[in-house]
Amino acid sequence: MRWGVVVFPGSNCDQDCMHALRSVMGQSVDAVWHEERSVAGLDVLVLPGGFSYGDYLRAGAIAATAPVMSAIRDFAEAGRPVLGVCNGFQILTEARLLPGTLVRNARLRFRCRPVWVRVESSDTSFTAALPEGTVLQMPIAHAEGGYRASADELNALRAAGRVVFRYCDREGRVLAEANPNGSVDAIAGVANARGNVVGLMPHPERASEGLLASSDGRRIFESALASLAARAEPV
Amino acid sequence: MAAFRVLIMLKPGVLDAAGQAVERGLTALGYGVEHVRVGKLIEVDAPDLTAPIVDEMCERFLANPLIETWRIEPLPGGTAGSAPAAAPVRASAPREGRQ
Repeated sequence: MRWGVVVFPGSNCDQDCMHALRSVMGQSVDAVWHEERSVAGLDVLVLPGGFSYGDYLRAGAIAATAPVMSAIRDFAEAGRPVLGVCNGFQILTEARLLPGTLVRNARLRFRCRPVWVRVESSDTSFTAALPEGTVLQMPIAHAEGGYRASADELNALRAAGRVVFRYCDREGRVLAEANPNGSVDAIAGVANARGNVVGLMPHPERASEGLLASSDGRRIFESALASLAARAEPV
Repeated sequence: MAAFRVLIMLKPGVLDAAGQAVERGLTALGYGVEHVRVGKLIEVDAPDLTAPIVDEMCERFLANPLIETWRIEPLPGGTAGSAPAAAPVRASAPREGRQ
């Protein structure tokens, strides 16, 4: 599998993602510059965290207009896997590849700490190897992670099993005190209708090897490998 | 040239963190203020620019329709950055001795 990590001016988790994928998981990884117009030859794309374009206008808004985004849009529309982490999630919502938006955290705090999320749907390219109810520990580091969507969008997300992760405690209970940013319905991550585009606020790349506090995030990357392998097999 | 000024505000009910922070600052200075809101002001100009095109810009990019509203005003003089949209009640005076 060949992974692409998309680098915008101001991305700052691109090297962490490449390290987790290349050094920890032994994958082939290309950096994809924001001015590129093709993502040919890549199997999976990751939009990493950071502060693309200084968060000018709104977090992710300028990046959503970058030249590489039309190639990413085509890639996503072809059903290929795209993961947005933190600012990458914000970019995917601004590009309207994912529904909703991310607003300033409740109580105005930049939250940087480990959280737990519960896998709510195994029916996506990045949770295919994670049974529903699995609890993952990963860190968050963001000021604008409060998920919001219109009432219609929220109902559609819930009905179609497109809420992928919810903030919970270490036992997997979705409690108000386990919600770090005031996200509606404790939503930490969502998917598009086909399940191939997923965005989440926690950082799986920062929880991908034994040296770190958790290696749970690695299971999200492994799910992408599993779903691609399953798709490659003749049915 | 045709120039427009766009005022973008968070919808009522959406947490206005910047507004709250400014409110606290004003309160700390002794001003009894309520409901301070912070928005964005964007000026654009281009030949043949029309209000419907600026509205489309807001819908697609300048604002996030899910959480923000916008108001478009034509700018007299036709150049962004050159003229206030309305006569100011009181403008800040230029400071002396600073560049």
